[in-house]
Amino acid sequence: MKHVTTAFAVAASVLALGAGAATAEKITIGLASEPTSIDPHFHNLGPNNALSVHIFDRLIAQDDKQRLSPGLAVSWKPIDDLTWEFKLREGVKFHDGTDFNADDVICTFERAPNVPNSPSGYGTYTKGKTLEKIDDYTVHFKTAEPYPLMGNDVSTIPIISDSVGCGGTTEEFNAGTAAVGTGPYKFVDYKPGESITLAINQDYWGEKPIWTEVEYRPIKSGPSRVAALLAGDVDMISGVPTTDIATLEANDDIQLSQGVSNRVIYLHLDQFRENSPFVKGPNGEDIKNPLLDQRVRKAISMAINRDAIVDRVMEGVAISAGQLLPDGFFGVSEKLQPVAYDPEGAKALMAEAGYPDGFQLTIHGPNDRYINDAKIAEAIGQMLTRVGIQTAVETMPRSVYFGRASSGSPEGLPEFSFILVGWGAGSGEASSPLKSLIHSYDKDAGFGSSNRGRHSDPVIDAKIEEALRTVDDDKRQALLAEATEMAIENVAIIPTHFQVNTWAAKKGLRYIPRTDEYTLVMGVVKE
Amino acid sequence: MTVFAIRRMLQALIVVFLMSVIVFFGVNVIGDPVYMLVSPDADQADIEAAIQRLGLDRPILEQYWLFLKGAAQGDLGNSFIFGEPALRLILHHMPATMELALTSLFLSILLGIPLGLYAGLYPESRVSKTIMASSILGFSLPTFWVGLMLIMIFAVQLGWLPSTGRGDTAVVLGIETSLATWDGLSHVFLPALNLALTNISLTIRLTRAGVREAMSQDYVKFARAKGLSIRRIIFVHVMKNILIPVVTVLGLEFGSLIAFSVVTESIFAWPGMGKLLIDAILQLDRPVVVAYLMIIVLFFVLINLVVDILYSILDPRVRLQDQGS
Repeated sequence: MKHVTTAFAVAASVLALGAGAATAEKITIGLASEPTSIDPHFHNLGPNNALSVHIFDRLIAQDDKQRLSPGLAVSWKPIDDLTWEFKLREGVKFHDGTDFNADDVICTFERAPNVPNSPSGYGTYTKGKTLEKIDDYTVHFKTAEPYPLMGNDVSTIPIISDSVGCGGTTEEFNAGTAAVGTGPYKFVDYKPGESITLAINQDYWGEKPIWTEVEYRPIKSGPSRVAALLAGDVDMISGVPTTDIATLEANDDIQLSQGVSNRVIYLHLDQFRENSPFVKGPNGEDIKNPLLDQRVRKAISMAINRDAIVDRVMEGVAISAGQLLPDGFFGVSEKLQPVAYDPEGAKALMAEAGYPDGFQLTIHGPNDRYINDAKIAEAIGQMLTRVGIQTAVETMPRSVYFGRASSGSPEGLPEFSFILVGWGAGSGEASSPLKSLIHSYDKDAGFGSSNRGRHSDPVIDAKIEEALRTVDDDKRQALLAEATEMAIENVAIIPTHFQVNTWAAKKGLRYIPRTDEYTLVMGVVKE
Repeated sequence: MTVFAIRRMLQALIVVFLMSVIVFFGVNVIGDPVYMLVSPDADQADIEAAIQRLGLDRPILEQYWLFLKGAAQGDLGNSFIFGEPALRLILHHMPATMELALTSLFLSILLGIPLGLYAGLYPESRVSKTIMASSILGFSLPTFWVGLMLIMIFAVQLGWLPSTGRGDTAVVLGIETSLATWDGLSHVFLPALNLALTNISLTIRLTRAGVREAMSQDYVKFARAKGLSIRRIIFVHVMKNILIPVVTVLGLEFGSLIAFSVVTESIFAWPGMGKLLIDAILQLDRPVVVAYLMIIVLFFVLINLVVDILYSILDPRVRLQDQGS
């Protein structure tokens, strides 16, 4: 009998050794939102971009804090005002064994903005740039005007292969035949709504990840995602619902990872209409739009108890905001702090502005877009009512909300007076929110496209435009910070908090959180 | 019967057309899909380009005309989100939903009829009372809650079954189905049970009521007096009579199972049509919503036709003809 037991033990240890030698490390991850395609140029959408990072490298990579680092390009620098020179990495091979060189870059930038049926393409980042191949490993990017954000723009474009990718259709990418990149993972299988499977690229030029096989499973329903993790069906999940965080924290088998994102939640106020549709006098009569008065805007900002929103509504999973991006990002101001909660001061300021009795206001917001969005709107409504601004709260699905908030009025202007919105800085630096939210609405120049309050200040505009022309990083950083300070001083918008994202993994695994909210298996580490 | 079927199909076409009008104009007044699609980084020119590409800048009547022209050629438009033909997208998700609905229907019959029969034959017994009480629960508990409870109990606590997803599939008769693999079956069981709960309860109640009524009727007494075995009376004579309402209701419910298993599919992350529909609605993927509802109308018409044909088999007195035509 004893012999038999020993034999078993030996057999078991041999098996264990065998498994160890093959180092097959499989991980399954439950995703809160699903990519809509494998084609990296099909849809400029967070989940799609996150997935494509696995298969396709960029010329310039963004790290977990969205700082730029060399990817397929080893260096990039302006050689004159209008030309950036990119030196490419040599010796990199695509998954099918072909070499990477300048031809792949040229054809990628041709295809990226021109994918048929693309819901939202990459033309935003490629336009205004002309590529020129100098030799196999040198490419020049030319622009009509000095363009300091070249690196940020280029870091958003996944490089595909000249031989199979550039001529490929979206269907061929989804089937895998064209999904050939240089990235750390190779495409294996894609079942829409069900799973995406990837396998490690053993010949990867960079640091090789520890997971050899990866399965992503979209599980959109929050409670189900948590249950799948608890049941052990998945090893990690993204987008942990705030209501479940406390329970998971108490669970010894689960490890939470949290990190601030590049997304600020803020309020836009109607600053372009004398008669704003959702502002009324204290007794419901028509009045001149008080939001035009900077003191009133300031009073609203002071009336908002940001710490209470973070503590109570967000259950501690958020950071009070005093500007457009959290600390540590390029172009943030070191001077700005969240506006302190001061209801008495707010009342005094309202009286000074000529509204001792307050007025009536409606706050509009989405109820399925940001973490706890409807609850935040309700909390803000109550806080404002407390200082005399009788605030009604109206929330709606994002599918209805964003259209109305952007161009819902009969004249095609923003419909609401006071709205709750969020902004994620995709480029990872302050020019993104400044350009879209603060700069005056200017259709021809493409500025202020999401400026739904239509705040307009020529001085700030000039500052932003100067920053966008300034190639020197230090100078640009200072200009962006100054523009931010002026915008906050003007109360162009009222930032409330920065979103914090939560991932949960089984014990022994940890996720290195990313500010761009991406879930990348390369960031899952063992402890 | 052929004439009957053809006439039914013609009626179906009219219904589908009317449906297309209602749905097309209905979804076109809700929201603005452009803002659901374009990246926030896009500037005004990008947004306008997107509006043009999707054809949303055209007058609504022209959009509808283009849609009708496409539909006549079997093209129900391209999904805004996936860029693929909406019809193909729906057909691609159909097998997953069908296997869920069929398994659920199977469970309804397998559990509902025997339990209902027992409750009808022995209405006073304690077991029957328990069955009836549970059937009320089956009706009244919300699906999403029961679904989560099933996951918590069978997947999280006991660890017997997987929590979500579809599992391995195999190709049988050219159709990829998870019903052909053990792993697939283990995945389908919980969502199918969740989906079936209401129908099991419904079947129990219908069967019980039918049995109680039939047992006191003359033909049963006569059969008894004639000396037929109780088995034969129940399984041949009584069954035949009570099955008609059961078949009608289950037929209609089967349509709902296929069309609107939205909640169950969302909770169990089941990659079926219901999940496709709810995602399409949330993201304003109009072509998919319209195509989906039109296909569902066709489905309901077909199922009703099958139910009518089943009637005539179960009850020879029923003749297949339209009234007043």
